[in-house]
Amino acid sequence: MVEVRLENLKKYFDNGRVKAVDGVNLTIKDGEFLVLLGPSGCGKTTTLRMIAGLETPTGGKIWFEDKDVTYLPPKDRNISMVFQSYAVWPHMTVYDNIAFPLKIKKYPKEEIDKKVRWAAELLQIEELLDRYPAQLSGGQRQRVAVARAIVVEPNVLLMDEPLSNLDAKLRVAMRAEIKKLQTKLKVTTIYVTHDQVEAMTMGDRIAVMNQGKLLQVGPPTEVYLKPKSIFVATFIGAPEMNLLEVSVKEKEDSITLEGEGFEIPLSSDFKELLEKYIDKTVVFGIRPEHMTIESVSSLEHVKRSTTIEGIVDFIEALGTDTIVHANIGSGNIIKVKLPGHIPLEVGSKVKIVVDLDNIHIFDKNTEKAII
Amino acid sequence: MNDETKFMLKKLIFYTFIFTVVAWIVIPIIISTLYGFALPRDYYDPKKILPTSFTIKYVKTLLFTLGALDGIKNSVIVALITITISFALGIPAGYAVAKFLFPGKDTIKLSIVALRMFPIPVMAIPLVVLYIKLNLIDTLLGVALAHTAMALPFVVLITSSIFAGVSTELEEAGMVFGLTRFGSFFRITLPLALPGLAAAAMFTFVMSWNEVFVASILTLSHRTLPAQILSIMAGASGGAAPDYYKFAAAFIMILPAITFIFFARKYLVTMWGITLK
Amino acid sequence: MKVKSSYIPYFLILPAFAYLLFFVGYPLVQALYIAFTQNGQFSLATVRKTFADPYFWDALKYTIALAGVIVPTQVGLALILALTVNRAFKGKDFTIYALTIPLTISDVAAGLIWYAILSPSGFLNKLLLNIGLIHQPIYFFGYQYRHMEFLAIVLAELWRATSIVFVIILAGLQMISNEYLEAAEVFGADYWTRLRKIVIPLLKPSIQSALIIRTLFAMQIFGIVWILAGRDIPILAGEGFYRLTELKEYDVASIYALVIAGLSILLGALYIKFMKAEYLEVRR
Ligand SMILES: Nc1ncnc2c1ncn2[C@@H]1O[C@H](COP(=O)(O)OP(=O)(O)OP(=O)(O)O)[C@@H](O)[C@H]1O
Ligand SMILES: [Mg+2]
Repeated sequence: MVEVRLENLKKYFDNGRVKAVDGVNLTIKDGEFLVLLGPSGCGKTTTLRMIAGLETPTGGKIWFEDKDVTYLPPKDRNISMVFQSYAVWPHMTVYDNIAFPLKIKKYPKEEIDKKVRWAAELLQIEELLDRYPAQLSGGQRQRVAVARAIVVEPNVLLMDEPLSNLDAKLRVAMRAEIKKLQTKLKVTTIYVTHDQVEAMTMGDRIAVMNQGKLLQVGPPTEVYLKPKSIFVATFIGAPEMNLLEVSVKEKEDSITLEGEGFEIPLSSDFKELLEKYIDKTVVFGIRPEHMTIESVSSLEHVKRSTTIEGIVDFIEALGTDTIVHANIGSGNIIKVKLPGHIPLEVGSKVKIVVDLDNIHIFDKNTEKAII
Repeated sequence: MNDETKFMLKKLIFYTFIFTVVAWIVIPIIISTLYGFALPRDYYDPKKILPTSFTIKYVKTLLFTLGALDGIKNSVIVALITITISFALGIPAGYAVAKFLFPGKDTIKLSIVALRMFPIPVMAIPLVVLYIKLNLIDTLLGVALAHTAMALPFVVLITSSIFAGVSTELEEAGMVFGLTRFGSFFRITLPLALPGLAAAAMFTFVMSWNEVFVASILTLSHRTLPAQILSIMAGASGGAAPDYYKFAAAFIMILPAITFIFFARKYLVTMWGITLK
Repeated sequence: MKVKSSYIPYFLILPAFAYLLFFVGYPLVQALYIAFTQNGQFSLATVRKTFADPYFWDALKYTIALAGVIVPTQVGLALILALTVNRAFKGKDFTIYALTIPLTISDVAAGLIWYAILSPSGFLNKLLLNIGLIHQPIYFFGYQYRHMEFLAIVLAELWRATSIVFVIILAGLQMISNEYLEAAEVFGADYWTRLRKIVIPLLKPSIQSALIIRTLFAMQIFGIVWILAGRDIPILAGEGFYRLTELKEYDVASIYALVIAGLSILLGALYIKFMKAEYLEVRR
């Protein structure tokens, strides 16, 4: 319903000692589902609160379409929000909590009733409508908070970790419901989460934040496959991307990455990309799922690959997957994620196949991606 | 600019309001204190809103001739006995309410709250008969016993909330490392609760220090300060004392209480919040 | 984890509980006995005597009138004060401290302090005379100025005891999480709606305790009246005091005590009945 534009948005606390949000530029398109992802304390809630109008920015501007709302009070912004700690009013029943936004907007009684029941059904809390929040579990309260936020049709829907307290099964179901609802209503949504699966599956785009700054914004697959920095690369994906310090060596017409006790030969087409870094140290990165072990399983659709040798150090059997920790020399451990159960023994020698289309190389100093 | 003016205007109104309220509280105290030390000719001079020449004569007379000093002594003794008894009885009860689960706990807690509401001062009237029989009439102990009845529910509720604030795990850790439950209470819980208890003691002191009805009824010659002042200043027996003595008396009465609460001010709001839950 | 134990808690509570029961129970029984017997026989003579005394009805009337004027005003004032102060501003700590000073001041001292302001040579009269607003002092004291005495008592009592209501309500306000208000704001509620729909309902328990406490203490009002008006304005506690100390009429004094106790119980019960905060009770 509206496009939200953050322009060099800043929020400092304690006279500038805490830079909670430090110059964020971001446009959330009309009807877009944007996921704000980042570690604890990076400024996600603060950003959301500024968009809601609960916090006055230290600097910068917030636009809803062509309207500067930076200093507009929350009640005039037509927004809706799920608070991180729910903020479900203890003196109102679940029903009254959900009905509150509608009553404020002076909906007729029957319509309020219809909408409240619809939201309650969607979030599976119909039987709780007459209860007071003190009689609910954390997860139930959270669902009340979500129901209250979606019952009106706001310009912007802000959700601060709305599913964090639900059990795994309910969470999967709710994810789908929220996403479906958002698609149907086409309401511009900003959704804060810690959970990468949530980010990957729900977002039209993901915005990764750290220490008050926006590091990368893009569709989930892009952020996953083409992280622009070491931080984004390691923050998204589990298990984490493997990182190894290597130096770039030119050998005849091909390129080799030399680490302590191991070598990774690259095909010749990397020469051009790494020309500037020859004889310099860089950080090599590869996700565990972009490798395999020869003779155990194969990587499908791999066009270019290379092989490293290692010794199995440890095996994590997760049931659906197996994570093999392999020592590739001088104690450098690399994790390889393989589907299914893998019959490998600790101590056995393995050949690790690396998908060269999915390797990452970062500048050691700037931590920015080169490839 | 328009918004800014509006903002400034709001701020101005806000501070004017705060200032008025603070003045309304503070000015009477300052004025009566000034009058307590004023010369009568300044006080009776219709042109002098504030006195300019001062004397400590009336405070002195009140203290030494009219028995206010003895009143202070008696008040302190009564307050100390009150604190001792009400803490000796109240701390165990408060601890039990805070740290044990037992059948009837809610009822007991509720009845203590209800007893706190009971007009104990008025109950002093029938108490006179008993006190005459027990020879407690006109004794400081007698007054202190009645003050204890008034302060005890307060002490129980406040200590229970203080103890509830000290984690039971700390105490249990003490027991794991070899202390008895009793030892654990004395070595761990009590020291942690001490600041709160000190504040509670000050409140109890002020409560007793200020109480006038019970003290006036139960004593005749051994009067506490408020009772002594009341009998000098008002009522059929004393007749009206000259005005400047009244102001000197007010000064003597409020000084210790204000000083005490100044030290306990950090606890003021929370403590009242707690006891009224 | 709380400790489950069979007899220890009772053992710890018993002394305090017994003490309180004695100091409430004994005088109550004693008062009933003194009031309703004569020479060991049941008798309503004292009751008749008391009820025939116009002072009794005056005392009842004035006690209730004072409470009726003072308590609602105090709660209203305290609510405004607490709402005003409960935000970040320069000088907040000092303001709260200043507002709580009267908590420590006894009714006798408060009476004396306000006498300094309102007496014929007091601050107010001299101030108004000197700036020319009045030409004759305003008389607040003396039997012929009883309505002014009433006003003086109200002023002094508002000054002294609004603090306690303020503190109770402020403590209640501070326990309301700011998020409840922010949530309401996000969903479009303006200041007055937030006040009406969120703040006041959440404050209900605090307002209730403040009302109960203040009303019950108002039934016992004594020192401030005794200092400022003596028996010009009779009040229940004052009459009981007078009957006992001056006239040595234990029986009549006991009736006064019983009337105050009865009023307190009645009012306390009424408040509790009509001001339930439902959401607090259904907890567990
Ligand atoms: N009112 C405040 N005063 C001072 N510092 C604050 C305030 N609010 C937030 N901060 C600080 O700002 C930073 C960002 O906080 P914010 O709540 O936005 O983090 P977050 O990304 O939402 O974290 P989480 O995932 O843990 O909820 C933190 O360092 C926090 O300590
Ligand atoms: Mg947060």
